[in-house]
Amino acid sequence: MGYPHPSHARETPVISRYFGDPGARTLEGWKQRGGYEALEKALGMEPADIVTVIKDSGLRGRGGAGFPTGMKWSFMRPGDGKPHYLACNADESEPGTFKDREIMRWTPHGLVEGVALGAYAIGAETAYIYIRGEFTEPLYWMTRAVEEAYAAGILGANAMGSGKRIDVHIHRGAGAYICGEETALMNSLEGRRGNPRIKPPFPAVAGLFGQPTTINNVETLTAAPYILKNGAEWYKAFCLSSPKSTGTKLFSVCGNVRRPGNYEVVLGFPFKDFLYDVCGGPPEGRKFKAIIPGGSSVPFLTPEEADGAMMDYEGFVAAGSMLGSGGVICFDDTQNMVRQIARLTRFYAHESCAQCTQCREGTAWTTRTLERIAAGEGRAEDLDTLLSVAQNMTGTTICVLSDSCATPVVSGLKKFRSEFEALIPKTRSQVAVAV
Amino acid sequence: MSHGPQAGAGQVPAPSPHAYSAPYEPVFVGARRAELDTLLTRYPSKMAALLPALWMVQEDRGWVSAEGMAEVAELLELTPAYVKGVVTFYTMYHQHPVGRHFVQVCTTTPCGVCGAEDVMKALLHHTGCGELGLTSADGRFTVIEVECLGACGFATPVMINDTLVESVTPERVPEILAELD
Amino acid sequence: MADQKMISLTIEGRTVSVPEGTSILEASKVAGVLVPHYCYHPGLPVAAVCRMCLVEVEKMPKLAPSCATAVAEGQVVHVHSERAREARKGVLEFLLINHPLDCPICDQSGECELQDYTFAEGRKDSRFLEPKRFNPVEDFGGDVIYVPNRCILCTRCVRFMDTVAKDTVLNVSERGDRALIGKFEGKDLTHAWAGNVIDLCPVGALLSKDSLNKARAWELDRTASICTGCSQGCNMIIETRDNVVVRQRPRPNADVNEFFLCDYGRLNYRWLNRQDRAEFPMVRLQGNFAPADWEVALESAASLLNGRRAHVVASPGLSNEALFLLKQLVDRTGGTGVFRVRTGPEAPLPGVEDLALRADRAPNVTGAELLGFTRTERPFQGLGAGEVLVVADDDLDGLDVPALDGVAGVIVIGTTLPLALANGVSILLPIANVAEEEGTFTNLRGRVQRFLQAKAAPALARPSWFVLGDLVQLLGSPAAYYLASEVFAALAAAQPEFRGLSYERLGLRGLPVLDAAAEAAAGVPAEAAR
Repeated sequence: MGYPHPSHARETPVISRYFGDPGARTLEGWKQRGGYEALEKALGMEPADIVTVIKDSGLRGRGGAGFPTGMKWSFMRPGDGKPHYLACNADESEPGTFKDREIMRWTPHGLVEGVALGAYAIGAETAYIYIRGEFTEPLYWMTRAVEEAYAAGILGANAMGSGKRIDVHIHRGAGAYICGEETALMNSLEGRRGNPRIKPPFPAVAGLFGQPTTINNVETLTAAPYILKNGAEWYKAFCLSSPKSTGTKLFSVCGNVRRPGNYEVVLGFPFKDFLYDVCGGPPEGRKFKAIIPGGSSVPFLTPEEADGAMMDYEGFVAAGSMLGSGGVICFDDTQNMVRQIARLTRFYAHESCAQCTQCREGTAWTTRTLERIAAGEGRAEDLDTLLSVAQNMTGTTICVLSDSCATPVVSGLKKFRSEFEALIPKTRSQVAVAV
Repeated sequence: MSHGPQAGAGQVPAPSPHAYSAPYEPVFVGARRAELDTLLTRYPSKMAALLPALWMVQEDRGWVSAEGMAEVAELLELTPAYVKGVVTFYTMYHQHPVGRHFVQVCTTTPCGVCGAEDVMKALLHHTGCGELGLTSADGRFTVIEVECLGACGFATPVMINDTLVESVTPERVPEILAELD
Repeated sequence: MADQKMISLTIEGRTVSVPEGTSILEASKVAGVLVPHYCYHPGLPVAAVCRMCLVEVEKMPKLAPSCATAVAEGQVVHVHSERAREARKGVLEFLLINHPLDCPICDQSGECELQDYTFAEGRKDSRFLEPKRFNPVEDFGGDVIYVPNRCILCTRCVRFMDTVAKDTVLNVSERGDRALIGKFEGKDLTHAWAGNVIDLCPVGALLSKDSLNKARAWELDRTASICTGCSQGCNMIIETRDNVVVRQRPRPNADVNEFFLCDYGRLNYRWLNRQDRAEFPMVRLQGNFAPADWEVALESAASLLNGRRAHVVASPGLSNEALFLLKQLVDRTGGTGVFRVRTGPEAPLPGVEDLALRADRAPNVTGAELLGFTRTERPFQGLGAGEVLVVADDDLDGLDVPALDGVAGVIVIGTTLPLALANGVSILLPIANVAEEEGTFTNLRGRVQRFLQAKAAPALARPSWFVLGDLVQLLGSPAAYYLASEVFAALAAAQPEFRGLSYERLGLRGLPVLDAAAEAAAGVPAEAAR
């Protein structure tokens, strides 16, 4: 539902149903709302059967990459004699995204249940929930929920009386966007700098502490118990456009929009209806100039492109962007896109882990050049240089932070080039050089 | 640091008169030590307890000093240089003392388009800090810009110590500050 | 290994076959193609962070970091394709945007991989118009200073200290473009092997205080040698400028020292440049110790030794060749040969098996023992009246030299005149030091390794094997030696442990002496055993 706004009639609240309902936060309240029934059911099943249900449901990763969850779980080979780990990625830091925050604030037990279920399905006895350091309130509720679950015997050596051990621990981050990248998260959890790792090896082979590991986003794991409870077919039926995108998805909406907040809609929902009907459109008297549909790392859409897009993995790609994390950032016609893009690249420059050359140097270079242009000191050749630098930053590094920084530059220059040109003085000013 | 992407990050505030002179008392004694020992049972390596241990130091001391790093390093069988490398990676560990109220204002794009810069300026003005990263003369406040607090729909979010204040406007700043000691 | 699966692939049109698991970068070396790289080093864990070694692999959508990509059967790799070159050009530009471009005052200039690759594949200009990042130079302690503005964050130094020295005193501090190599205040690079970070640094960011401003790289002459600092026998390069040794650096040898050299060995070269050298043969005639020509001096020595027992105090810093001839001198006079070894604390490099600064601070202890000299702490013990004391390259420092009234005479064969003997020396035969002659040492594991001549000997000083060869000939030996290799050939023929070895076979990596007992037990002929 559209927390902090009342639910919109066209929403389909599944995992957001209890947002804003303080009663859902406690173990007792959660149980009254049907909580932990799915986990109990799961613990009576074979792990492989759970994986099959998730596979059949079509659930895909909600953190950004959209990898099929069931398939990811099936990579964890049972009986390989190694400890398995589940890591829940609650490092939500993609600008424009704040859905996991609300899940953890309002339905912490929903996540605990999903994590425990996921851990059991992949043969892990230990799961860690890595929560970004800035999320103090989510951390509070999650810590409480885990304590309650231990006290009630839901977690621990004999989870829900099943004889199975499931430990869930909360691990707090300390301020680093990149720790939302799965291998950086593993490094951070191990007590290292949050540097992404080279792949292979992939986490399912050698992840956390060198052992087979699965990493799932908060929203993905929270959806799992609902799927298990209601069946794969029930979930699969949530589909409005591409058959490869099933289920409901939380979209965080922010920026210049009348009703910012979290909205849960069925994948394939028309983006135009979403923007203007569900979210109320641009602020009074203004128009949208640009929309980022999936968190700051995906390309801009013009309002026209946005109007024709379907809100799912395939639909946003067809429109020229990506679903990403579902963070919708709206820019209205009062915004100067050069300044906004400069601010975005500054974010990436600040967050670059410093490992790869292109990212470490390129993010900072791009930012300084954009800030210079925004300050009216640009040169005509700067725009070509920016594009060339962006090209050198794309597809050449360990992770995609570098690519993410290049994305708004490339798509911004493509779609809003005139705004850049307008800021560049026509004749180069004579700059006094101190000798 | 006139040209850095994050102009505030490298600035060192005026040290509080007591912070550097007092002899270092270990953090991990008594209950804190027991807490750390419990924590260690949750991970297959001692190193994994590094981030939580540093949080404990910061909770108790308000910042992570060199002595604090050295203490954690010894307990977790790491070197102080290793710990320092980790501390400097994560922006939330304070490497110097900060004001009683540590104020983080999000100015990343989604909040930026909603006027976060004005909120930041109002905070700098009304706290008396003047500049990002500096501590006010009365030691009450340190204000920094922070990259995305993950509350974009509640622009502009401001974190004051561990409390997140949603939807802050420049007009609300004086009343919010007035409630703090 | 025969049972290892081999993978065939094509690199720049050349087909090579390498063991499974080899990286494309290493396979390229086999193909004779150098893939430019910075962070990769064969002695360190792979980091894949500099992104310089990107190559194009057919059927892979993205360029691959060749250091971190394993070879696959049938792979077709393009190192110099347009795409790969453009990507590396981009990396070079990024690495240089904040670099001070201060090559004219940089010690690394001329041996800098940033210079080399920029020259080979970089842009001719920079498009960077912003102010450059600045960080001040920092003393890292030990022999190392850090110039952060030239640093490319390849992290070789951090990985070396972490995984090879296992003393994590370096870190990467901060992040983004503020990142730099850091350390903890008060914890310096004092590890015995820390100086290796200077060699590992591919650019001018980590420099040796000792060799700072001494020479430009192109002014140096480089000679393969063996470290004389201890019995490990690390392979090294002596670098001289105008006949003066100015720097010693490791020379890779997987069987001895991998890629490394300890600080003790590295900095142990000033004695090679000593000015107070014995430069002329000297003979004492009627109490007057005066220069003589070589013929006179050698004949005087021979006549002194004739019919008398020689008590030889040899140095374990002498070559196998010199010790072999010296032993003949002992045998021909029916005398005794002893040596003493200076010792110090052992300092291992934990990340490399069987590599340490050894307690025995001499390069040829094993050679001296194999060639029949007796190790002792009191080398003058047993020196009898009427005998001739021969001091061969031991400076006698730290020893209590007994009264030499009873001896028939004292012959010094050395690079200097031992202070303790000054007035008691009968004959001085000046010899070259290890940097000035050719020869071999036998390390503590019995590996025989060659060292070459790096500089000229002063004045009339001659190579030790040359002096001893002549002297032994005057004592009646039929052999005459004109080359060090001929002495070694004679040694190999005479000493069972050295059988089958020759300079040619030793090459620059050396070979182990035979375990004579094991060979006898197994009945393996010498040649087959190698």
